[in-house]
Amino acid sequence: MNLLTTVISICYYVFIAYVAILMIINLIRSRKWEQELLYVIVLLPFLLRLFRLK
Amino acid sequence: MLLRKLIISAFGLTVLILGGHSFYSHRHLKEAVVLGPGVTDVVKLGDYFDGIAGSINDCNLYILDSGNPGATILILGGSHPEEPASRLAAWLFVENGLMTEGRMIVALSANRSASTVTRLSGAYPSDFTILTKWGGRKFRMGDRWSSPLDQWPDPEVYIHSPSGQELAYVDIRNFNRCWPGRANGTITERACFAFMEMIRKEKVDLVIDLHEAELQYPVISTIVAHERGEELATFVSMMLPDMEGFNMGMEFSPKALHGLSHREIGDFSDAVSLLFEAPEPFLDATRGRTTREQLLTGIDEFVVKAGKAGLLFEKIDEKGWHIDVRIGRHTSAILQTMESWTEIMPDRPLSCEGVPRYAEVIENSTGHYLHNPATSSKVLYE
Ligand SMILES: [Zn+2]
Repeated sequence: MNLLTTVISICYYVFIAYVAILMIINLIRSRKWEQELLYVIVLLPFLLRLFRLK
Repeated sequence: MLLRKLIISAFGLTVLILGGHSFYSHRHLKEAVVLGPGVTDVVKLGDYFDGIAGSINDCNLYILDSGNPGATILILGGSHPEEPASRLAAWLFVENGLMTEGRMIVALSANRSASTVTRLSGAYPSDFTILTKWGGRKFRMGDRWSSPLDQWPDPEVYIHSPSGQELAYVDIRNFNRCWPGRANGTITERACFAFMEMIRKEKVDLVIDLHEAELQYPVISTIVAHERGEELATFVSMMLPDMEGFNMGMEFSPKALHGLSHREIGDFSDAVSLLFEAPEPFLDATRGRTTREQLLTGIDEFVVKAGKAGLLFEKIDEKGWHIDVRIGRHTSAILQTMESWTEIMPDRPLSCEGVPRYAEVIENSTGHYLHNPATSSKVLYE
């Protein structure tokens, strides 16, 4: 049970990092300022969890 | 376009740094504890169970031993750290209490993980300050549940061990739904298990679990008692109006409701288990602004309105439920329980001096009984 939750947690952090990187790539590629702002805002909770702040 | 991206990213980074700093300082805020004249030893919960040692839930246990024969009482503060009077009432025992008969063990952060986070999306203040003559003391505002940073993921349904009862998924992080705990369970279950080990090893006779409840919750201003504590709780409930000037009801711990301290501690140890509830308007869903001021004064016009609509199980008026009143109810109820216990069991007495009662806490305020860490030699941190 504990091993399983540890494995899931690790996968979860890897997944968060992956999605965060995708959003940063999209932010770089984007041409509209509304989209760029949206990427930055959506990125925040991902980074907060990745850095174990919230 | 690059400049625009940089400006937008800088904005995001600023929000991240400001927000992140706030979350980080909340999780790592050190709360001072000035050891009072009665504290004879401080141990760790992990001393009783390796499975919790060194973890975020390896809390301090303050021991106040009179050196005289008597019973052993355990006070649990911080089972639900979003109920601050439960922690602060226990704090007053550690900083002021002097046991003259028997022994007291106090936890200020029974679920320490839950004291490092507030309710997600609840916009709770992360801390609050109790004013004193010499300045103020800052405390963490906490949550009902352990932090998801310490325990994750939650299951679809939480199946309580060992009863097999199905509970809401989130309650797998609720310290007062995890008793008697599991040695190989989650960090919350392991904390409960460690407390059970401590209760058994230290031969604790009486456990009092301190809580606060929203006024819309039917279990409020009451003592919930395990069947072995019914006589004691009834006695205390009868004495409080005359001796202390406030009412506290008494309820039986339901036999079929599992995971709660008043049920499982009594069932899985020799200790008598009681749970005390005080009113906390801050937790009410109908509250107005969720501010530090509301947390401390308990004044809320919207909760008053709910009361007028007949939606509450406790009275409230414009004066609210000040934290001094809530803390005083807890200190007096504990002291009265010790006196009643001694009357019922004179061969195993419990007696404590120096802790302010209901009327004294209200008159002098809680801050009067919190001592200055800067001028004290014995200071620990929670
Ligand atoms: Zn509670």
